[in-house]
Amino acid sequence: MSTDASNRRVVVKSLFGAAGMFAFAIFVLPPMYDLFCEITGLGGKTGDEYTAVDVRVDTSREVRVRFLASNNASMPWVFKPTKDSVVVHPGEPTEITYFAHNVTDQDMVSQAIPSLVPNNVADYFHKTECFCFENQPLAAGDQADLKLVFIIDPDLPAGVNSVTLSYTIFDITDRAADPIAQL
Amino acid sequence: MAHGPATLADGWRAYISRWVFTTNHKDIGTLYLWFSFAMFLMGGAFAMVIRAELFQPGMQLIRPEFFNQMTTMHGLVMVFGAIMPAFVGLANWMIPLMIGAPDMALPRMNNLSFWILPFAFAILTSTLFMEGGGPNFGWTFYAPLSTTYAPESVNFFIFAIHIMGASSIMGSINIIATVMNMRAPGMTYMKMPLFVWTWVITAFLLVAVMPVLAGAVTMMLMDINFGTSFFDAAGGGDPVLFQHVFWFFGHPEVYIIILPAFGVVSQIIPTFSRKPLFGYSSMVYATAAIAFLSFVVWAHHMFTVGMPIAGELYFMYATMLIAVPTGVKVFNWITTMYKGSLTFETPMLFSIAFVILFTFGGFTGLMLSIAAADMQYHDTYFVVAHFHYVMVAGAVFSGTAAIYYWLPKWCGKMYNETMGQVQFWVAFIGFNIAFMPQHFLGLAGMPRRYADYGLQFADWNMVSSIGAFIYGGAQIMLLYNVIATIRNGKPTTEEKTWEGAEGLEWTVPSPAPYHTFEKPPEFK
Ligand code: HEM
Ligand SMILES: [Cu+2]
Repeated sequence: MSTDASNRRVVVKSLFGAAGMFAFAIFVLPPMYDLFCEITGLGGKTGDEYTAVDVRVDTSREVRVRFLASNNASMPWVFKPTKDSVVVHPGEPTEITYFAHNVTDQDMVSQAIPSLVPNNVADYFHKTECFCFENQPLAAGDQADLKLVFIIDPDLPAGVNSVTLSYTIFDITDRAADPIAQL
Repeated sequence: MAHGPATLADGWRAYISRWVFTTNHKDIGTLYLWFSFAMFLMGGAFAMVIRAELFQPGMQLIRPEFFNQMTTMHGLVMVFGAIMPAFVGLANWMIPLMIGAPDMALPRMNNLSFWILPFAFAILTSTLFMEGGGPNFGWTFYAPLSTTYAPESVNFFIFAIHIMGASSIMGSINIIATVMNMRAPGMTYMKMPLFVWTWVITAFLLVAVMPVLAGAVTMMLMDINFGTSFFDAAGGGDPVLFQHVFWFFGHPEVYIIILPAFGVVSQIIPTFSRKPLFGYSSMVYATAAIAFLSFVVWAHHMFTVGMPIAGELYFMYATMLIAVPTGVKVFNWITTMYKGSLTFETPMLFSIAFVILFTFGGFTGLMLSIAAADMQYHDTYFVVAHFHYVMVAGAVFSGTAAIYYWLPKWCGKMYNETMGQVQFWVAFIGFNIAFMPQHFLGLAGMPRRYADYGLQFADWNMVSSIGAFIYGGAQIMLLYNVIATIRNGKPTTEEKTWEGAEGLEWTVPSPAPYHTFEKPPEFK
């Protein structure tokens, strides 16, 4: 084979490899990362909407669930849980609310992002209804009680007596108005 | 004129055209080397600003916003503008000479990969003069600091990184093609000089990870301008993902920087020990092992993000494993010197300093790789001290050694040995005064990347700044030595500048003619 032809083959193969790595970084790594977090329950991301299948309530056990709220960066809303904590039995559906108040003179849209500690039990925290499944618009000056219904899985590992659920609220007004971001 | 490169005597226009349109590997190597030296001085000037501000506690010279731009630009310019192009320059000059090839495999691509670099750095540097300032988020540009909270100029930064990536990838493809297809008859892979070996392996690393860096900045670009949320928690993304993507590039990157430096030292030490390199094949395998392992240890930069214990342990042990092939290399260099008839010319001095100081940096690396201990060391000056020992006393010392070693071959003049040795000692002493105290500062808890510090850190910071100024001065001496050699160094026409040197590059006349090995040499 002539040197020119073998050079061309090296170029083509290398460019192919480079393009592959670029695609890997953008299209494979992020979903892989999410999948990894989901499987391991790391990162404390709680699952999507849950349909209760197990009606067994374990009254012999009590778990304290604490609630936290924080505002991202410049998010001006008042945002806080209406109760600091509740004590529940595993298997029992519990409803609580978060209070949100848009104190600005502008209509805004928010999104709350959950996180659970200890993060290896995120799989045992089920939400049958949650304001965090959708974004929450509030007109200027409006306020709302945002509803959350959760069930602690009866299979929650022994030794876990309390979990803390935290929500961070983000201002996504611009994003909600942006058609590209809706894709 | 019929043959040979245009000189100033042919007029300015011809002279400039020669350099702009050149496809000659020696010309392009020279361009890379001068460009990287210019970037080295610019990055060095930024470092002087940083150390001047840190000379005393409190704010004296600059505003904190500008300080942040200086630390960011210093890191970016040194890594992407000084060290990487310097070694690409050495590769261009030396690989064809070492393997008996007439030129690089793809000369026109070679021209392109160099000439886009000045544009990348012009764009990057221009951001300092823009409204809102240049990049201020650290050379590791973690999101969301580099996305949500970035200055307006971040898009220029992203564009500059894309260009640098393209340049590196083209340069690497060229090196791979040259080494695979252009070796002189008889030059089998296991007979190639180590500098060539380390560079091919580096080129493969570059082709694999520069696109990942391009991917990271592309995702940033989309988050900033097109409303995606790769790294934005508000839209379901995750800032920690950024760190994974960055360090998946970043750790191999540190080996991209150091492997060619290993190669240089593996050429020089045998020459001045007058013995062949000890353990040639183990050197090759160790290099390959380091390159391979560099892909699976990235999260040792992220011990504090909240990884599960299994992750911490895995990344800790995997990182420690890299010390094994690295140790093999250090062992081989020392054994090469053992019972050799050593002489201590400037390139050898820099190489020995490299072995000692790089090993020291490897040990602090091992300390950092202990996940539990890194909770304390992370983001302190201890990390800064670690990576300056491996990158400056490693890559920059070896690059300086390479300049003294091959300068007579490049320009046919001998540098002044006394001046070279003086420069070595100033650099060696200045370097250690600058960076040794940073270990103490870090262990005592001084965080990195702040414009100010508590009073308890004052003394060592002053010492460190003085060392930094001395080390900066040593670089001016290097520049002086090189220019003085080119202009009025003692002419040397010997093929073999150093009596102990081996290899094809020492079979061509000095200075190396514009065209060499147009007929492949005999290699046994
Ligand atoms: C035995 C070999 C090495 C080990 C075990 C090692 C280990 C580490 C660890 C654990 C860190 C993270 C520290 C922290 O942020 O808390 C680190 C940082 C760093 N290392 Fe090394 N390292 C080694 C060799 C090298 C080499 C050869 C280079 C480059 C030539 C290098 C360049 C860096 C850089 C640039 C950083 C800091 C990055 C940043 O945060 O800005 N290291 N090293
Ligand atoms: Cu690393």
